[in-house]
Amino acid sequence: MFEKYMIVETDVENVVEDGQLIGFRFGARLPYYRGLGLSMVEEIVVTIDDEPIPQDQITLTLHGNTYTMAQMEVEPDDRWNMGEVAHITVSKPGGLTAGVHRVGLLVNLRIGYMPFPSIRRSEKTITVG
Amino acid sequence: MNQSKIKRGVSLYSYQEEFFLRKLSLEGCIAAAAATGATGIEMVGEQSIVGFPKLTDAFVDQWFGWMETYGVTPVCHDMFLDYTRFKNRRMTTDEALQSIIRDLKFANRLGFKVMRIIVNTTPELMELAAPYAEEYDVKMGIEVHSPWHINSAWMARHWEVMERTGSKYLGFIPDMGAFTKRLARVMTDRLIRQGANPDIVAFVTEQHEQGVMAEYIIAQVAQRSKRPMDMAVAELSRHNIYVNPNSLLQHIPRIFHIHAKFYEMLDDYTEFSVPYDEIIPVLQKGGYTGYLSSEYEGNRHIQDIHEVDSVEQVRRQQVMFTNLLANA
Repeated sequence: MFEKYMIVETDVENVVEDGQLIGFRFGARLPYYRGLGLSMVEEIVVTIDDEPIPQDQITLTLHGNTYTMAQMEVEPDDRWNMGEVAHITVSKPGGLTAGVHRVGLLVNLRIGYMPFPSIRRSEKTITVG
Repeated sequence: MNQSKIKRGVSLYSYQEEFFLRKLSLEGCIAAAAATGATGIEMVGEQSIVGFPKLTDAFVDQWFGWMETYGVTPVCHDMFLDYTRFKNRRMTTDEALQSIIRDLKFANRLGFKVMRIIVNTTPELMELAAPYAEEYDVKMGIEVHSPWHINSAWMARHWEVMERTGSKYLGFIPDMGAFTKRLARVMTDRLIRQGANPDIVAFVTEQHEQGVMAEYIIAQVAQRSKRPMDMAVAELSRHNIYVNPNSLLQHIPRIFHIHAKFYEMLDDYTEFSVPYDEIIPVLQKGGYTGYLSSEYEGNRHIQDIHEVDSVEQVRRQQVMFTNLLANA
């Protein structure tokens, strides 16, 4: 459900801080038909060219608020709204090298009325200029 | 010819593809629903309202302004109960009750007189919430969603609470997906694209149409294939059940609202899998006077290969309802 729209492949950029390339970020949508409190996002897994990014090197930013994965777990009220483009920032010194990369995203949702985890995956090819 | 008392509504859930992609705004969804001639609006608050459950006075004014502009009425708010809201524990009963009260207040403020209760809500919680439903004047209908049907054990337990309390605020909201006479082609085609064997699909759809028990279909497919995608095809028959629409008759006084689920409206204004021409006469015979609320759910099965046109799909279903209701 909505897997096709999870990664916003036109919204990828390297992140510069104090003149240094410290990582990259990309647009991401919740693959679900309603918004959810962040604590119900059980897991976000990002891979770059099949290499998994450690959990402590990812943050999620939405409507001006930034969360580590650990902070999301204990935030039941702030909502990733339906269709809202949030940004996942990956700490990676040097950012993404110029050229073509494959970005993978797995989102695991804890939905109260489902007797199993709702796991959705997507992979998109992106080009860094 | 009797004028049918059944009313036509649209759940804005139907436009989820366009709303998700910001091709339609909330007002655009309401306008699309109204353009079909439907008069009732159903909304999933957690879907349509950014920052749910917060409502500003300005938004509430705008909401009722839209209702007036487009000549429609708020009918049903669909709630969720996130028992899994906290990572390491389930919600307590009191937290769950407070969550329901939150939604009752939300529904009341936007003028919804009915609230869809998500199916995982326990009968015990319904009993605790009934006095609040009365206080906020919002009827609570447990959603009877396939693979449950109205006489499933879980629904029998809910019915016991309705009978015992005698509350006029507790009832049912059947989803017409429990009358899947033919498996939806949009679902089987998607599974074929994902690797399912077309021969297995042909077998399962044929068995389902014959009314063979889902467990038997699954057992037979399991002997022919070990591939997960083939098993997923067999399991469609378990998740998309067909029971006799007459099963609704004895419950009509307790039916507050109806989710007119559909997956694919064809050019000839018929739905591929749900036999509305058989369902609507049952509702009329039983004296149902509530809404038939369009609930399009085909988008998720075709979005990988097609542009989705939810507006056209809902329009076609509403034309079908107009025709079937006129034939009463």
